[in-house]
Amino acid sequence: MFRRSKKLRDSLTKTRRSFFGQIAGLLGAGEITEETWEDLEALLVQADVGVNTTMALVERLREQVDRGKARNTQELEDLLKQELLGLLDAPPPMRVDEPRLLTLVLVVGVNGSGKTTTIAKLAKYYRQRGRKVLLAAADTFRAAAIDQLKIWGERADTPVIAHQPGADPGAVVYDAIRASQSRKADLLIVDTAGRLHTKYNLMEELRKVRGVAQKRVHQAPHETLLVLDATTGQNALSQARHFKDSVDVTGVVVAKLDGTAKGGVVFAIAHELGLPVRFVGTGETLDDLAEFDPEAFVEGLFE
Amino acid sequence: MFENLSDKLQGVFDKLSNRGKLTEEDVDVALREVRLALLEADVNFRVVKDFIARVRERAVGVEVMRSLTPAQQVVKIVHEELMATLGEPARLDLSGTPPHVVMLVGLQGSGKTTTAAKLALTLRKAGQRPLMVAADTRRPAAITQLEVLGKQLDIPVHSEGNKVPPPQICANAVKRAREGAYSVVLLDTAGRLHIDDQMMRELEQVKAKTDPQEVLLVVDAMTGQDAVRVADDFNQRVSLTGLILTKVDGDARGGAAISVRSVTGVPIKYLGVGEKTDALEVFHPDRLASRILGMGDVLTAIEKAQEVIDQDQALKMGQKLVKGEFDLEDFRDQLQQLKKMGPLSQLLDMLPGMSQVTRDLAPEVTDQHLKVIEAIINSMTAGERRNPRIINASRKRRIARGSGTTVMEVNDLLSQFRQMQKLMKQLTGGGKRGKGGMRGLMSMLGGFGS
Ligand SMILES: Nc1nc2c(ncn2[C@@H]2O[C@H](COP(=O)(O)OP(=O)(O)OP(=O)(O)O)[C@@H](O)[C@H]2O)c(=O)[nH]1
Ligand SMILES: [Mg+2]
Repeated sequence: MFRRSKKLRDSLTKTRRSFFGQIAGLLGAGEITEETWEDLEALLVQADVGVNTTMALVERLREQVDRGKARNTQELEDLLKQELLGLLDAPPPMRVDEPRLLTLVLVVGVNGSGKTTTIAKLAKYYRQRGRKVLLAAADTFRAAAIDQLKIWGERADTPVIAHQPGADPGAVVYDAIRASQSRKADLLIVDTAGRLHTKYNLMEELRKVRGVAQKRVHQAPHETLLVLDATTGQNALSQARHFKDSVDVTGVVVAKLDGTAKGGVVFAIAHELGLPVRFVGTGETLDDLAEFDPEAFVEGLFE
Repeated sequence: MFENLSDKLQGVFDKLSNRGKLTEEDVDVALREVRLALLEADVNFRVVKDFIARVRERAVGVEVMRSLTPAQQVVKIVHEELMATLGEPARLDLSGTPPHVVMLVGLQGSGKTTTAAKLALTLRKAGQRPLMVAADTRRPAAITQLEVLGKQLDIPVHSEGNKVPPPQICANAVKRAREGAYSVVLLDTAGRLHIDDQMMRELEQVKAKTDPQEVLLVVDAMTGQDAVRVADDFNQRVSLTGLILTKVDGDARGGAAISVRSVTGVPIKYLGVGEKTDALEVFHPDRLASRILGMGDVLTAIEKAQEVIDQDQALKMGQKLVKGEFDLEDFRDQLQQLKKMGPLSQLLDMLPGMSQVTRDLAPEVTDQHLKVIEAIINSMTAGERRNPRIINASRKRRIARGSGTTVMEVNDLLSQFRQMQKLMKQLTGGGKRGKGGMRGLMSMLGGFGS
């Protein structure tokens, strides 16, 4: 586990060339001036933390500085990190790890966020932990989505249950559940088609897919993971809200954290919607998945 | 859904408000709100800073026009400046001798492959002979994806599997285009991170070997602050000629468009507005500016409403009607669709030009009406919604109590609903799927409660 979070940190520290120049001034133990606050705001907003969350944070920090809780920028930075960590809370353990015959994980998100790749990574991750994994290709809509998952299935040495393109995704899930039962798989991960959260019909379709799982497996889906692209700005909050309303998302995976985007919007998502971040994606190979490490994530904002 | 900036500003100005010239204080107070609106819309922090400075310079001392309030005056200036930043829409440059090479580049998952197919379709409609090239040898099944799209559209795809290096594939494709009299070659390159040096070098090679006339950056409308770095890096490496903004059919405010424009200066050529291959639009600077500002992309919203409600829903609804199955559940679904487009009052009041039309259709519609109607329907049992005929006097009393309304209001709703059923039957029965569904709904709402 240590190795993984180190890996995340490494990938987060990859040289970040910046167009407008690095945010200067915040680091180092200087005096707290108006400029410090401006830099702080710049840092947070540019990490996609969002202007509302940023202003709330700055206000809290100003209060604490007024009360003498931080006397220089170094102490202020420590305070900020604490506040940020506070927003992420300590999540309950993942239900995937509870003992049961068959655990079902539904993976959802907008188009192109990284669902299919994440599923392949999860398959490998859980196989390495001794689970018997099966994948369901319930994205029957996007061209070649089924082929894509099948290729990943081969690479991750995990069987994929699929129908023809255009087939009913609910039927795929139904079959995949039966296959899991007969093959004694204990973890079924369902890939769904990317959809914009504002599309009523597509969200209804997703509810139906979930309904099939609910009906066939006791208490399923045991986790519903929303895959967010780290590059996404404030719209991620709307995505999380809609997907949570429709299919009761239980956790978030932040994909593409190997770029220069910091994914700061997850603070608002975790805090306002109570959705824990579970994993982060840090590249395009099967191994580029790490358990979410709040401290490494917060550190990443400052690098 | 849409934050209304002009309302907010109005509130601010009510406190200051005296007419004449815009004072420094006026402008600063207003620009504070504008700044927040832009940041919420994901316009890059530094870009916002420059933008605000520019507007401030322009706005201080400006005479407030007689027909405007100071708030409106500031919004007007901001809006104009945003439109100027967004620039004019531009078409693909297909001058000179064919084949013209168009290269699509961008981050992973931004929508390049789908956009390639959309462009190919648009070009063919314009009389061109497009050839699509599967140059994404990296993502599993990316080649198949393009081939499937090509088959659907009956547009040829050049592919050489995933063993040949992409620059080679692209060079071969251009050669094939020349020999086969294709007029446009669309290169679908693999998504890549702007900081992945090796992959960026590959793009440079593709460019060197194919001499593209257009290098288009495909940007997801939901992109956050990082859009500036991404755009800048791609621009440095392969000199962009244009932008395509995708997934604009969602509710992202699309501030990335401003960021990317500010950094690269290249024009926005198209907007992607759906998953289907015909969902590609020319962009309207005024609409996009309004949307980014949070004044709501109302015109587009209305159009979308007509699209969604009419084509998908009304068709289904129409079929139900013909079979006599359209019920209050369906009606409630329609209402929910309508609600998703933002505050109704805004749809009606803020439409330049459209407002009169909408008013004619629905003189009295307010969000309050919508809420009342929904409350009433929500207080019904599923059985009642499916079959309103069973709603007798005692049920009406129960529903009225449950929804905090009166029996008269429940009666109104039910009789209006019956009228609407009739109306819908006429509209859909005519076989034409025009704007009927929407208008039917509007007139029904208009009549209710007045
Ligand atoms: N750099 C990087 N790329 C990623 C990561 N995760 C996914 N990708 C890439 O993002 C692109 C889209 O990923 P997919 O897994 O196909 O996304 P999806 O959500 O399944 O897409 P749709 O099914 O089309 O909605 C692919 O090119 C992936 O290789 C990541 O953590 N880092
Ligand atoms: Mg997928």
